[in-house]
Amino acid sequence: MTRSIHTDIIKSKLIELIRETNFIAPEHIRECFMRMRESETAPLARETMDILIKNTEIAAADKIPLCQDTGVVVVFLELGQDLRIEGEYLNDAINSAVAEAYGRFHLRKSIVADPLNRKNTGTNTPAFIHVDIVNGSRFRMDLMIKGGGSENMSALKMFRPTDHVDFIIDYIEETVVMAGPNPCPPIFLGIGMGGTADTAMTNAKRALLRPAGSSHPDPFYRDLEDRIYERLNASGVGPMGFGGKSTVGSVCIKEAPAHIASLPVALNLNCHSLRIGGCEL
Amino acid sequence: MNEWKKIELPLTQSDIAGLKCGEMCLLSGRLLTARDRAHQRIAMMIEEGLEPPFSLAGETIYYVGPTPAPPGKVIGAAGPTTSSRMDPFTEIMLGLGVKGMIGKGRRDSLTKELIRQHGAVYFSSIGGAGAYLSKRIRACRVLAFEDLATEAIYELTVEDFPVVVAVDSHGEDIYES
Repeated sequence: MTRSIHTDIIKSKLIELIRETNFIAPEHIRECFMRMRESETAPLARETMDILIKNTEIAAADKIPLCQDTGVVVVFLELGQDLRIEGEYLNDAINSAVAEAYGRFHLRKSIVADPLNRKNTGTNTPAFIHVDIVNGSRFRMDLMIKGGGSENMSALKMFRPTDHVDFIIDYIEETVVMAGPNPCPPIFLGIGMGGTADTAMTNAKRALLRPAGSSHPDPFYRDLEDRIYERLNASGVGPMGFGGKSTVGSVCIKEAPAHIASLPVALNLNCHSLRIGGCEL
Repeated sequence: MNEWKKIELPLTQSDIAGLKCGEMCLLSGRLLTARDRAHQRIAMMIEEGLEPPFSLAGETIYYVGPTPAPPGKVIGAAGPTTSSRMDPFTEIMLGLGVKGMIGKGRRDSLTKELIRQHGAVYFSSIGGAGAYLSKRIRACRVLAFEDLATEAIYELTVEDFPVVVAVDSHGEDIYES
């Protein structure tokens, strides 16, 4: 069935999602913080978790963004091939929604037009948009507000297809421990496995769209996520790298088919302020 | 319960000497903000033989790029940014008399040695607690480099601003302990 949707509807929903994600920590994140707070014994780790919990309360009540790094806007779209988009060019609609939201809600404009001359675009645009074409007439939009400090800790390694999984877990632990305090732990860890180098990295980010504490549908990957989670929380990095048990809030893997010669593993670290939201229209 | 040590800014040499790696402190008084671009501009001025248009002697620098102040508020979210990006500029900043730095995350070995040599201190605040920390900021005004927008140098007046001693004046590092 062919269906149409107007870009005005997409824009107004996106503006609302940008507001929500920047100011309101979802309940699954707050519950995760509270569990971690209870698991800590060191005074500094407990105090740090207390401050992070209070931060979510102040942000919601006083309408101050959760973090000053209001990030890049990453948009994941699922577009049904029978869906007709009416109105303006969809990319322009998304970018004008970002510009409007970042102005109206007093969010920081953190995007420069090119990597070397670095002139700020002044609008926090462009957004970084990933599109999947799907069957039917679905319109799904997921949003991630991603800070620079944690994004800078991203990593990719091309393993041998014959490498033991323990070797991959060692690499993940090394990366998270080396990153230490920089990505603002407790982090949420997205892992892209398989695919090509670029798809692995995109999948690492896409994996983070899963709610904290949710499980992978495949028991094999669910067990692997659990093993990585245990290893990282035994590493001692702790809240803000001050030492403790709360290094990671959740580990989410997104796997993909791969070449017979390739086993890419991509890591996308997200700070404790996992700002995600989504909707279907 | 924990002891938060209250400290009035500017830091004195005896304050700094008494600070130990891992101590939790509440700072009150004046901070100056600077992040990547402001550091780069100061370094370029020094290279050209110019003086920055403000004194950094005895100051504590906060690595932050706040969100714009909403109507009726002093400042928006204002948590620390990653300090290691400022490592290449630390020698210049300490040479201009900076005594304290606030950010988040590790410093490189040269920076730690410079902190020790200059009898300075590096604090970490709580990264990502931008809303919480904004409530500890009582006043904010642009001091210099207004064209850099969020990266300008702001003078902040803080009250009970929470930080942890991350590298003390002996070069002890919380992330190595």
